[in-house]
Amino acid sequence: MPIPAPPTNVRVVTFQIDGRDYSAREDETIIEVARENGIPIPSLCYLEGLSTWGACRLCLVELAGSPRLVAACATQVAEGLQIYTDTPRLQRYRRTILELLFAERNHVCSVCVSNGHCELQALAQRYGLDHVRVPYRHVAYEVDASHEMFRVDHNRCILCTRCVRVCDEVEGAHTWDVMGRGSDCRVITDMNRPWGASDTCTSCGKCVQVCPTGALVKQGTSVGEMTKDLHFLPYITRRRHNR
Amino acid sequence: MHLDDMFERAEEYRAESAGVEHEVRVCMAASCQSSGAQPVFAALSEGGQGDACRVKAVGCMGLCSAGPLVAVAEVAAPNEAPVLYRDVRAADAPDILASVGRQPVERLRCPTDQPFFTRQQRIVLANAGIIDPDSFKGYVAAGGYFALIQALTEMTPAEVVQEVTKSGLRGRGGGGYPTGLKWSTVAKMPPGQKYVICNADEGDPGAFMDRAVLESDPHRILEGMAIAAYAVGANKGYVYVRAEYPLAVERIATAIRKAKRAGFMGNRIAETQFSFDVEIRLGAGAFVCGEETALMASIEGLRGQPRPRPPYPAQAGLWGYPTLINNVETYANIAPIIREGGDWFADIGTERSKGTKVFALAGTIRNTGLIEVPMGTTLRDIIEVIGGGIPGGKAFKAVQTGGPSGGCLPAAMLDIPVDYDSLRELGTIMGSGGMIIMDETSSMVDVARYFMEFCMSESCGKCVPCRAGTLQMHGLLDKIAKARGSAQDLALLEELCDMVQATSLCGLGQTAPNPVLSTLRYFREEYEERLAAAQV
Repeated sequence: MPIPAPPTNVRVVTFQIDGRDYSAREDETIIEVARENGIPIPSLCYLEGLSTWGACRLCLVELAGSPRLVAACATQVAEGLQIYTDTPRLQRYRRTILELLFAERNHVCSVCVSNGHCELQALAQRYGLDHVRVPYRHVAYEVDASHEMFRVDHNRCILCTRCVRVCDEVEGAHTWDVMGRGSDCRVITDMNRPWGASDTCTSCGKCVQVCPTGALVKQGTSVGEMTKDLHFLPYITRRRHNR
Repeated sequence: MHLDDMFERAEEYRAESAGVEHEVRVCMAASCQSSGAQPVFAALSEGGQGDACRVKAVGCMGLCSAGPLVAVAEVAAPNEAPVLYRDVRAADAPDILASVGRQPVERLRCPTDQPFFTRQQRIVLANAGIIDPDSFKGYVAAGGYFALIQALTEMTPAEVVQEVTKSGLRGRGGGGYPTGLKWSTVAKMPPGQKYVICNADEGDPGAFMDRAVLESDPHRILEGMAIAAYAVGANKGYVYVRAEYPLAVERIATAIRKAKRAGFMGNRIAETQFSFDVEIRLGAGAFVCGEETALMASIEGLRGQPRPRPPYPAQAGLWGYPTLINNVETYANIAPIIREGGDWFADIGTERSKGTKVFALAGTIRNTGLIEVPMGTTLRDIIEVIGGGIPGGKAFKAVQTGGPSGGCLPAAMLDIPVDYDSLRELGTIMGSGGMIIMDETSSMVDVARYFMEFCMSESCGKCVPCRAGTLQMHGLLDKIAKARGSAQDLALLEELCDMVQATSLCGLGQTAPNPVLSTLRYFREEYEERLAAAQV
């Protein structure tokens, strides 16, 4: 007879996503389970390995029996949940959110270094966003190219704060932060000094790699040349977690 | 310390003013000060201090539109309405002082038998305009800190929570969440570090209830917070108050200092095991910091922006510890509930909304000021009877409740009783108690645009629907208001309202469309008029 198993704190729950059954640890979020199983919930601020931000609102999903939408990145799974990730209502909201993002700043793909490698562009294509119904804001923001290796173009920024979080949580430098309010928010380096003059920046480039758009790029890239590599992040966080 | 000691102490304090026959009370709250109460107080104090007559600075008397207000009260007859004088100038001081104990000065008199005074029921504002907010003794003499001693020495924390639950009190900050339920959630969290927070970041345009309570009766808030801390097992509290309220900040700071000196704050309060300390944190002018998670981020020294809930503050709040967060007016109700019992409180108000509510009347209304009425009072009573109606012979058009999160109600809705649920059904909210009254000359499209502009400039910029959505909605409203809009613009506006409401991260964005939706619901023809004007 084997030794009785020690009591465990981990609880596993079963639930449905889009009508199919799944199981997961109860401390996992909906988006984690969805990514693991290849269910494409869109998101721009969520990134595996970084803390939850819950700001882009693209990963909102519907729960059966509840009129409120919940953010898949900030909601843990529970026993018996019936989750719907791609209803017509959600599709409509997602398209509008993407429209708002495109209208907010200058996202002209044809002249962007990230053309073809941009998460915002990919989502727009996926949701068939061929035009924007709201007026463009047309506010010109500066481009800071003072850093010898990287460049920040605030006109392409969607304020997802992945750069802020990766710099703080993974690199430990906390060079990036956000200043201002509303649509005039900007990511800043140090206390709003030019990036090149930053004392804290280690030039590791993690912020550039996690940026979903062409806001943070390498110097010397031209249209469509800026490809990004996100694979280092789950790797680092997994190594850390194991330790 | 036991209740008997407390009675003795209160008796001592009352004895100190033995021989004083009359009190000349000068309102020194912010609105009376802004209309010139300080020189009045100086002139009265100079000429009037005597053994039989005492000149006293007090808090808000309510009728702000008639300020500066001075009341002459007979100490021996506390239940009688004092003689009230309106629009007092420093030059009137000799006349008032000469009249004390004799015939009142008729030319300054403000009748106190009008409905504005007689129709109110004062629980939260019981001491406002009567006691000196800077005087610890005055608060104790008026029965203050009895409830705290009673809770500490005669009740268990669970009994305190029970009493609050029984009272049916609901959060006065606007949400209407049952206070007892919130308290018991925090109390049920495992023992350890816990916090209580008083949300005094009142930011709705036209609302000044919390300011008045803090300026008039700050000890009441501290007492309520201490009782809450005892009930949930916290030992540290924060008052988060906006820096735009310097007088309120000063008075609550004085109150904290005096309460500490008297042993009602700090270690081993009233010789029990209970310790509690309060600190003030100042808001730097961001409306969003009234949202509980943004408020806590601000206290922690972070950028004041909300985070997704759950986890709720009761579970993981300030620095990750269980945190109880209530509004000023909610805490102001606690001491009376403990003193008089939850059943007493539950007898006031309607079935699902108990107690009284303080409202700030602003806009085009005769009696601008602060009132407290039982829940369930009709809007008509509040506006036409207590508020005195619209001045200048104009017709009433709409009342806006709940600030930028609320909505506008038309004349046809005036007979509904004011409580959380009926207002919500009609597309607005109780909110913290601001009421802006508008007459026939107000354009509802402009009102909606104004509130949308407010939300747009107060959006923290974290989530996309609120940040970019309020901006676009404001643009559309502006276009419609300037008679340049089309039917498509209105349709798009309605679509954005639905989207922003459903997808925003925090209450600011989720409720930002309410002023638009409610004006569209009740005043759609005004939008259509503007659209028609555009096509001509």
